[in-house]
Amino acid sequence: MAARASLASVSHVQDALQSAGYLADEGLATAVFLALSLKRPLLLEGEAGVGKTELAKVLATVRGSELIRLQCYEGIDASQAVYDWDYSRQLLHLRAAEASGEAAGKATEKLESELYDERFLIRRALLRAIEPRNGAAPVLLIDEIDRADDEFEAYLLEVLSDFQVTVPEVGTYRATEIPVVVLTSNRTRDVHDALKRRCLYHWVEHPGFEREVEIVRLRVPQVHERLARQVAGAVERLRSLHLYKPPGVAETIDWATALGTLGVTQLDEAVVRSTLGTVLKYREDHERVSEHGFADLIKHAFERGALHG
Amino acid sequence: MTAERMAVAFGRVLRGAGLRVPIDSVVTFVQCLDAVGITDRNRVYWAGRTTLVRRPEDREAFNVAFAVFWDRLTAGEDPDDIAEQSLSLAVDDADSSADDGSAPSENSISLRFSAVETLRSKDFSRCSDEELAEAQRLMQRLRFVGSPRRSLRLRAHRSQRAQVDVRRTVRSSFAHLGEPVRREWRAPSERLRRLVVLLDVSGSMEPYARAFLRFMHAAMVGRQRVEAFTLGTRLTRVTRELSHRDPDKALARASRQVADWSGGTRIGECLRMFNDRWGVRGLARGAIVVVLSDGWDRGNPEELGEQMQRLGRVAHRVVWVNPLKVTPGYAPLARGMAAALPHVDAFVEGHSLEALERLAAVIHDDHNGTSGRPTATALVGSRA
Repeated sequence: MAARASLASVSHVQDALQSAGYLADEGLATAVFLALSLKRPLLLEGEAGVGKTELAKVLATVRGSELIRLQCYEGIDASQAVYDWDYSRQLLHLRAAEASGEAAGKATEKLESELYDERFLIRRALLRAIEPRNGAAPVLLIDEIDRADDEFEAYLLEVLSDFQVTVPEVGTYRATEIPVVVLTSNRTRDVHDALKRRCLYHWVEHPGFEREVEIVRLRVPQVHERLARQVAGAVERLRSLHLYKPPGVAETIDWATALGTLGVTQLDEAVVRSTLGTVLKYREDHERVSEHGFADLIKHAFERGALHG
Repeated sequence: MTAERMAVAFGRVLRGAGLRVPIDSVVTFVQCLDAVGITDRNRVYWAGRTTLVRRPEDREAFNVAFAVFWDRLTAGEDPDDIAEQSLSLAVDDADSSADDGSAPSENSISLRFSAVETLRSKDFSRCSDEELAEAQRLMQRLRFVGSPRRSLRLRAHRSQRAQVDVRRTVRSSFAHLGEPVRREWRAPSERLRRLVVLLDVSGSMEPYARAFLRFMHAAMVGRQRVEAFTLGTRLTRVTRELSHRDPDKALARASRQVADWSGGTRIGECLRMFNDRWGVRGLARGAIVVVLSDGWDRGNPEELGEQMQRLGRVAHRVVWVNPLKVTPGYAPLARGMAAALPHVDAFVEGHSLEALERLAAVIHDDHNGTSGRPTATALVGSRA
């Protein structure tokens, strides 16, 4: 693992993220820097595929710390997010005690306290994130918080305020060092205001043309710069076509990777037709692009793709 | 100048611009300014953006407010003075004058008496102000239950058709030396489907729009998980404004929020915006969607049809409420209405309190589990 990068200023953050393969604009770098220095959770919202989840992963890399990911879904509750007991092992323990004749000599309470020993505790993401540990505090990624329901959000608010979790049978766990928390939301519903107030907020935008070219160059180095510019140009045009699902950065990278694998050096209609599936995932979107005309798409890509000087 | 003075003054400017800026956000803003300094414009801007803005809709207002604030601040003005002068920020209003709805002018015949019975069946467009107020008061009694759907969250359950709740079974077995004397069960709980109400506020809907807004409010306070939007020349989300319990305050707030009252109609475009930004992403998934509109659309009817189809694909049920439907000999001739109908599950009238009660019943009676729409065309065919 590379030496831990300095994150002592906005530009340091930006450099560190870039060295790990993530190009953050000034706004996002500032938000990350502030979240780190204020020790506040960072809530990232934005279109799907703009790199919200990726940021948390990269942040863990540059800090040289563990990434703990909690994927939210409807119905998620404490036993899946915080802790659970390992029932089968508890039962085994009980049977073993019974078989060895130990159980007969012991008071039930004694036996029960053995059953609720820490070794039977299954630590889920939230508990692991606040557990005392050696080394840097982990990065806790709470992904797609908008999918969880209100009850869970309320619980999360409590954990993110105190950074402590109480397991009734064992005791209270408290974070010795507050973890770096990144929450993401696709905005399928509004996250509750109280939770938002706990967090710093950043809306992640689609990158501009030049930044997208840089991202492709950084992430898909095998692709020639001219092709990278053409791909970014084509994606820029696609985003202006009012598609159901405008392509995100993730799709741009996928597309460039696909083209690189095929050994393509520049876009043409046949190539675009055969690889468009990596960028657009709706039949209607494909139709719309066909209607719009591939010629225009490629023309725009070439204009944008022309290297200066 | 200190960070505190700057932050407090800017917070006031933002509140003047209509943003909700709670005091703890301002405190966080101060802490952020301590971390990035107050001299670099971009640093201050982003410190403000991350702490004071919590919805993408507010970005534009924030940008304008910040630009004005910063320029005047760097010109040497006192921050408190800037905050003192209420900044009136121009909202983009360019498209509201583009076209205006064709409102069928109705002469309001005012009746001196208004027994509840006549009021109930009276067309909103013919109600006097007092009658409308009375109707709105009655609307408060409407209750929306709507159909539940299976939730993925499991709850303790007594029935044995459920699945074994291992956690609780094992736990209770410890009292019997690990013998599961009693088995515990759990089953998926039910939760209400989200109700999404889309209200057309164009000119032609004017006689009904305010009554409907009241109806939306009744729906919101009656149950949880309701989302409200208005359609006109633009799409406006009024969920937050309408969620105030006090009906007068809620209506006043929502009305302020809607910039295109009685303007033109581009239902198709608004629906596309709704689908793109909210609906298809998840807000309308499995939801009951109620569209309150007369179907007069200045936009492209094909677009409306396409967007209704898209909405129909993700929604559990789409109900279209048209106040003109009650007119004798009504046929959905409005091009928009005709384009939308094939994708609607239920087409009902909504001109009077009685009709709205029936609508509440339609929402209520919707049976759980029938996710398809087998009766859609039959229903629409027979009614239209």
